[in-house]
Amino acid sequence: METSSVSPHMRDTSASINDNRLKILEATMKRNQYRPDALIEVLHKAQELFGFLSPTLLISVARSLHLPPSRVYGVATFYHFFSLAPQGEHTCTICLGTACYVRGANNLMVAAEGAIGVSAGKTTADGTFSLASARCLGACGIAPAVIVDGVVAGNVTPRDLSARLVALLASPSKDESRT
Amino acid sequence: MDLHELQQIARRERERRRRIRIHCCTSLGCHASNAIEIKRRLEEAVIAAGLEGEIEVAGVGCMGFCGHGPMVEIDPENILYEYVSPDDAPSIVASIHGGACTAGRGDKNHPFFARQYPIVRKNGGKIDPERIEEYIAAGGYRSLYRAINEMTPAEVIDEITRSGLRGRGGAGYPTGLKWATVAKSRGDRRFVVCNGDEGDPGAFMDRSVLESDPHLVLEGMSIAAYAVGADQGYVYVRGEYPLAIERLQKAINQAKKHSLLGSQIFDSALDFRVDIRVGAGAFVCGEETALIASIEGGRGQPRPRPPYPAESGLWGKPTLINNVETFANIASIIERGSAWYSGIGTESSRGTKVFALTGKICNTGLVEVPMGMTLREIVEGLGGGAPDGGTVKAVQTGGPSGGCIPASLFDTPVDYESLAKVGSIMGSGGMVVMDEATNMVELAKFYMEFCMDESCGKCIPCRVGTVQIYRLLEKITAGEATPADVDQLRALCQLVRDTSLCGLGQSAPNPVISTLKYFPEEYDALIKP
Ligand SMILES: Cc1cc2nc3c(=O)[nH]c(=O)nc-3n(C[C@H](O)[C@H](O)[C@H](O)COP(=O)(O)O)c2cc1C
Ligand code: SF4
Ligand code: FES
Ligand code: FES
Repeated sequence: METSSVSPHMRDTSASINDNRLKILEATMKRNQYRPDALIEVLHKAQELFGFLSPTLLISVARSLHLPPSRVYGVATFYHFFSLAPQGEHTCTICLGTACYVRGANNLMVAAEGAIGVSAGKTTADGTFSLASARCLGACGIAPAVIVDGVVAGNVTPRDLSARLVALLASPSKDESRT
Repeated sequence: MDLHELQQIARRERERRRRIRIHCCTSLGCHASNAIEIKRRLEEAVIAAGLEGEIEVAGVGCMGFCGHGPMVEIDPENILYEYVSPDDAPSIVASIHGGACTAGRGDKNHPFFARQYPIVRKNGGKIDPERIEEYIAAGGYRSLYRAINEMTPAEVIDEITRSGLRGRGGAGYPTGLKWATVAKSRGDRRFVVCNGDEGDPGAFMDRSVLESDPHLVLEGMSIAAYAVGADQGYVYVRGEYPLAIERLQKAINQAKKHSLLGSQIFDSALDFRVDIRVGAGAFVCGEETALIASIEGGRGQPRPRPPYPAESGLWGKPTLINNVETFANIASIIERGSAWYSGIGTESSRGTKVFALTGKICNTGLVEVPMGMTLREIVEGLGGGAPDGGTVKAVQTGGPSGGCIPASLFDTPVDYESLAKVGSIMGSGGMVVMDEATNMVELAKFYMEFCMDESCGKCIPCRVGTVQIYRLLEKITAGEATPADVDQLRALCQLVRDTSLCGLGQSAPNPVISTLKYFPEEYDALIKP
C-alpha cells in the first residue's frame, strides 16, 4: 500500500536516540541474532513501532544487520506492506479482491474517496486520514470487507461506510485531545 | 511425552467437559461480526442461569457457513443458529431447556452441510484452536506417534504415495513423489516449509485451517519432517492474516511445551522446530522459489527451475514445500490408511478439496467435498445458486491464474484434469461466482490489473506484456478497439503464456483467454467495426 502526499504536520515519528521504540527494535534484532534473513521480520516490527519506515530507520536497520542499505531499501520497496511515508492517524483499507469486487467494492471506494477527500493510496493533507486498497483480506465470506483503524468489518454498504468515515473525521484527533 | 501421557491429556479433557457445549465461531468472518461479544454474553448467560455445571461455552474455529455468521452451535444437540446477535445470548442458553430462542435457526441437513466430506476441516467449528488439549482429545498427535514409532520414514512416504494425495497449492504435484525426492536429495540439512501465502483473492481456505485447527497443520509438518529427515520448519503466512498468525504462534508454543515440537519428539531421534515467517503483501511470494527468497529475507522474486527446491531450496538445502491444506491431510492418511483415502475422489484426483464459495452466491463460505463432484452440484446444490433470483453466469476457479467457466459447462467434474480441459485450473480452491450483472471483459481487465501490479518485474514478457494486455483491455472497454486489437490481444496472451519465467506470468493470460473463448459476444459488443 503506497502512500504519497505527506504533510509536515504528522505524529512524532522521528526516532531519537533515547526512544524506547528503538530499544524494542534492537531487542527484536538481538533475538534474531542479527541474522540478515530476519530482515523482513525486523521491518515488520519497525513499521509496527514507528508507523512507517523512514530513511534513517532503514539505514540503522541496515547497519545492525550488516546489510548494504540498498538491500534493505530494495526489500522495503518490494513488499506492498511496507510504507516509506507516514500514515494518517486513521486508516481505512478497502478490499478490492475479486470476491469483494464482484459484490460492489468499487462503490465502497467511491464512497470512501468522497467522504475523506483523497484517492486510494493517499493521506489527507492534515495527516488525519489514509485511504488504501487491499487484495483480499481473507474475509471474502462477508464480502465486501473493509478495515477501519485495524478492525475488520464485513457486508459493508457505501452508506454505512461514508457515515462511519465522516464521523471519524469529525471526532477530535488524538493529537488535539492530548494537548 | 509418550503415548500414555497423550491418552491422559485426552482423558482429562473429556472429564473436564460439561455435558453441553455451546460452540461460538470466533474465526475471522464471525470475529468481524461481533463474535467475541457474543461469546462473552453467552458465558454471562450461562452463569446467570446457574448452569455452569452443565453447560460450557467454547470459542471454536470456522463452521464454514461464514456468510450466515455469526454462527453458534449447541453440541451434542446439533442445533445451529445463524446471524446471531449478542442480545440472543440469554435465549440461546434458555433454549437448551426448552425456552424459545430469538436467534434464527440454521439447517444442518441442508446440502451445504450434508454433502460435505470433512477431512481437512474435520475439527473446524468443533474444537477451540487455542487449546492443544482439545486437539489431543479429538485424536490429535496420535498419527505423529504412530509414524515415529511404528513406521520407517520410507514407509511413511510410501503410504502418502499410495494415498494418491496431490498438492493442494494449485499445481497438483503428487505429494509422495515430492517427499521421496527431498528424502533422497543430498544435503547436511533439510527443511520443511508450509506455504500459507494464499494470495489468490477470493480464497480463504488456508486462513481458515490455520485459524481453526493449527495443530493439524503442525502435525502434518512434523510427520513430513520425520519422513524426509528435516529438523527445521517454516510456516509462511500472509501478513493480511493476523488472527491466523496469532493462533498458529500459540499452537507452536503449546506444542513446544508438551514436547511435541523441539528435541527428541516422543523420545525418538526426531528433532523438529517450527518458526513462522510473516509475508509482507506480495502475491508472487506464493510461488515456491520466490517464497524461499522471502524466507531468506530478500526480495521475493522467482528464479528458474530446475533446480527444484526439493534438491536445492532454502540456503541451497533440500526443502520440502507443501501447501497448508496438503499438510492438513497427512494426519488423517496416516491414521486411516492410504486405501481409505484413495477410495475418495476420482481416479486421478484422490481425496477431498476445500473450496471457498464467494461472489454472487447464496451460501457464501467454505465447503470440503470429494474430488469429482460437478461444478453444478457445488454452485447450485451446496451454494444455493445466485441470490435475489439472479442467474449464475460463470464461475472463476484458480483466481488470477485460472479461467472463467460458463454455466453451460457446469457438469464438469471438479478434478485437476477436467478443470484444465475447460481452460481453467483447480488452483488453491477459490470459486468466485458471477451472475448476469458481471461484465466479463471488465472482469478480465480486473484480473490483468492484478497481475500487472503483482508482476515482480524480473522477466520482460510478464513485466511488459501484462501492461500491454491491460492497455488493450482498457481500449476495448472504452469502446475504442478494432478487430485488429483483439487479434493482437490474442497474440500477446500467447506470447506472455509461453515465455514468462514463472507461473504468475505463464498463467496471467488465462482469464482473458477463457473469457474470449466463452463470452466472445461481450467482447464483440464493444468492438468498433
Ligand atoms: C504466482 C504463484 C502463486 C502461488 N501462490 C501459492 C499460494 O498462495 N499457496 C500455495 O500453497 N501455493 C502457491 N503457489 C504454488 C507453489 O509454487 C507450490 O507449487 C506449492 O506451494 C507446492 O505445494 P503443494 O505441492 O502442496 O501444492 C503459487 C504459484 C505461483 C506461480
Ligand atoms: S513471470 Fe512475472 S512474476 Fe514471474 S518472474 Fe517473470 S516478471 Fe516475475
Ligand atoms: S476478496 Fe475481499 S476479503 Fe477476499
Ligand atoms: S468464520 Fe464463522 S462460520 Fe466461518
